[in-house]
Amino acid sequence: MRTSFGERLLDLAVNGFLWGFRILIVVIVVLGTFLTIRAGKYTSEQWIDFVVFGISQGSIYALIALGYTMVYGILRMINFAHGEIFMSGAFGGYFIATWLTGIGFMDKYPVFGLIISMMFGMLVSTLIALLVERIAYRPLRGAPRLVPLISAIGASFFLQYTFRGFFGPGVYAYPSMKALDGEWIFFGIGILKVQIVVTIAAVVMMSILYSIVMFTKIGKAMRAVSENKDVAALMGIDVNRIIVTTFALGAAMAGAAGVLYALTYRQVNFFTGFTPGIKAFTAAVLGGIGNIPGAMVGGLVLGIVESVGPALFLDSIGIPRPYQLKDAIAYIMLVMILLFRPSGILGERVSKKA
Amino acid sequence: MMIKKENLIWIAIKTGLLSGVIAIFLCLIGMVEVFSKRDVIEHIITLGDFILLVSAVSAGVIAARAASNPDQEKQPLKNYLAGALAGLTTGILIVAFIGLSQTINLRSVFLSASPSLFKLLTFKGGTSWFWIYPAIGLASGVLGTTLFLLPEKFRQPITRAISITFLMALFSGLFRVIMINRAGSTAKLAKYLFGQTGLTLSGAIIFFIAIIVISMFWSARSKNLQEGFSRIPKRGQTSIRVAVYVLLAYVVIMLPQVSGPFIAQVVVIVSLYALMGLGLNITLGFAGLLDLGFVAFFAVGAYTVGLLTSYGIFGLQHIPFWVAVPIAVLVAMMFGAFLGLPVLGVRGDYLAIATLGFGEIVRLLAGSDFLAPFFGGPQGIIGIQKPCLGTLGEFLKVDVPRICNGIEFGGPKEIYYLAVASAILVAFIALRLQKSRLGRAWMAIREDEDVAEALGINLIQTKLLAYMLGAAFAGLGGAIFTVLVGSIFATSMQLIVSINVVALIIVGGMGSIPGVIVGAIALIGMPELLREVSEYRFLFYGAALIMMMLAKPEGLWPSQATLRELHHEDPGEDLEVASSQAKA
Repeated sequence: MRTSFGERLLDLAVNGFLWGFRILIVVIVVLGTFLTIRAGKYTSEQWIDFVVFGISQGSIYALIALGYTMVYGILRMINFAHGEIFMSGAFGGYFIATWLTGIGFMDKYPVFGLIISMMFGMLVSTLIALLVERIAYRPLRGAPRLVPLISAIGASFFLQYTFRGFFGPGVYAYPSMKALDGEWIFFGIGILKVQIVVTIAAVVMMSILYSIVMFTKIGKAMRAVSENKDVAALMGIDVNRIIVTTFALGAAMAGAAGVLYALTYRQVNFFTGFTPGIKAFTAAVLGGIGNIPGAMVGGLVLGIVESVGPALFLDSIGIPRPYQLKDAIAYIMLVMILLFRPSGILGERVSKKA
Repeated sequence: MMIKKENLIWIAIKTGLLSGVIAIFLCLIGMVEVFSKRDVIEHIITLGDFILLVSAVSAGVIAARAASNPDQEKQPLKNYLAGALAGLTTGILIVAFIGLSQTINLRSVFLSASPSLFKLLTFKGGTSWFWIYPAIGLASGVLGTTLFLLPEKFRQPITRAISITFLMALFSGLFRVIMINRAGSTAKLAKYLFGQTGLTLSGAIIFFIAIIVISMFWSARSKNLQEGFSRIPKRGQTSIRVAVYVLLAYVVIMLPQVSGPFIAQVVVIVSLYALMGLGLNITLGFAGLLDLGFVAFFAVGAYTVGLLTSYGIFGLQHIPFWVAVPIAVLVAMMFGAFLGLPVLGVRGDYLAIATLGFGEIVRLLAGSDFLAPFFGGPQGIIGIQKPCLGTLGEFLKVDVPRICNGIEFGGPKEIYYLAVASAILVAFIALRLQKSRLGRAWMAIREDEDVAEALGINLIQTKLLAYMLGAAFAGLGGAIFTVLVGSIFATSMQLIVSINVVALIIVGGMGSIPGVIVGAIALIGMPELLREVSEYRFLFYGAALIMMMLAKPEGLWPSQATLRELHHEDPGEDLEVASSQAKA
């Protein structure tokens, strides 16, 4: 093998750059953390607030990430429109919650009201996901990889601007639930009720999904299809039905996440789905794409880093208003995972094969 | 597969229901109402009516086709039955929609289901809508069937005439402005053919008939003409080609003088997108690296030129535009390498998301308070010096623009030349690159990275060059955009810019240089010219991307390689698809 001097130099430069990049990030993280802790600008109560917010946010990301990861596991495709499916769930939840609040049901039975609006959000997003799968994805199975991805980008835009056409560009304020205002006190620390409810609801949804995938017949079939489509078909599994079921389950999780997200931020807009969608994808990659527990872990880690990160890493190294860079932290994390450990925290598949 | 009679009826009804749902969808997203403000044929058909009609007619065509699907044999009775039924179902569904809207208040959920929409749909109140829609639906279904049954010789000219007349109507404002600027008989002709918005009735008829005649003549004679052209001796052919080019050049040069600043501005934007499209075409079309953060390079070019030439507080101001542009292109190239390096090993879908992240990081950083001392943060950079051919006047003091002694590229009419010239230059470079050794190396990587590496292609070098050259073109686009607008804000560096560029490449045809230009005209130029449509442009983009992937994944003007790739898949894959479909 003959390699010219120039080529070796290029290799060296590339490797040097990559290592420099890694070291830079590590230095920023370590130095920032050290300086922040020494400066003691934030009280421990504030840190707990950050972490709790991160957990509730992260559990929403985890719910959305499940949809990405399951679809990727089976079809090896990124469902780019998943963020919009999440947004449609938020809209569905909004309309039912407004109606329930209007007739006074929400104040009387807040738990049922919440469950009903989540169910409705899940229904709406499942229907939309099935429609998208039928129209934009199914005819393209077996096409070159770029083709379904671009179709998915198209579907994402189509859905976004359909919702804009339906409901206008304005922001819809979610009805406030009296039962969720205020804080609960644990060991002398006040935690917002919304965050606790959101976290619990997300954990319940995730455990339902996990038990479906692990302990039911259809879950077993899903795992089989994600392992090897052809062999699964030979075993008498209806691959098409399993794919549809996967989309439906992922969309239902996203719909529930949409309602929870709207509860946290109290607003819905046709563009709501974009950023959480990208972040949830980051979470899925972080946990190892195609891996269901990985998506959950990835979501939590991303949520916590994103909420703690600006204060912990950036504040003390002289960056004004570090919260503006909250989203940038998530994106940088995405690039870092692809650099450091493309297979993710719990994953085995290597992204280079993708 | 024989289609039985009851099956036939069910298919027709299903088609009708589908097109009815589409019509209702168009109403609910507000398209019908917005489009009804614009005429296709003055005082007769609005654009809103037109899209509803099209959905009913196409239901007729599809149902009629489905009716004679098994053996492609045309049985008029069956076809008419199916077409009429489909059209009728569409009409009935619209009636049901209007009826529903009168019993419950749809407005509480759907913003566009406004009283004015229903006033429009019910023909300003009254009950005539109850029978008009089914009747129109039936008629359109029959019309669609007739279109389907016509022999190819007549059908093609008619569909062509309808679509071209429709396009003429859409762009009538453009033609009208150009023609009315010329005094005398041209202006009179313009008023005869074109109404305020859309064609006049007489104009529509004239265009329709003229196009049918031309098209039939063409299909009869085109072969002869081509043969005639090839029979002309070589020198003659060359001189004809040269004459065509000269004519084209004349049109391009004269266009802004004739059409006014608005059209010039549209052409500038189209050229800028074509420029960026040619850049991304290198990364995506040639090398197969899907970059969704292309806007980052655009931003780098724009900010570099802005910082170097602005006379605002962040600017260096003493550098003229002509020096700043090469610097901007170089900086963009370096940035391309910088962003390309970390993602060298990342492939496919992951690359798309990672680069999307880059684009967002650049936007967030540029707009943040962290870098505000350099990039102006949310306030952006203003007061960017216009390019000047000639000497710059005396350096007066900071915060005052310098005076240009010579030709100043002040408005869109002048920047037009800059943009078009750059686009042509870049297209030429891209064309040369495509056929070079490097271009072939890129295509090898696109087809199979591992095989390419085995053949001795240096992956790192080749990929980095793809990123860098793509970035250079985008940087040039950003630089020209900056002087066109005169200011930069981080908020204009949205993901949507990247998506626009990707969409135009896909629609035009990946890896095809003429395709990029066609895509830029179709996706950027048309919505810019059609104000009514621009509100729904992203909806169109989404639909266009999906439909292109479903129907014509190679694009409008495909390159030969993609054509081959998409239409001769290896048999193993086909078998796999077939087996999974058989299961379904």
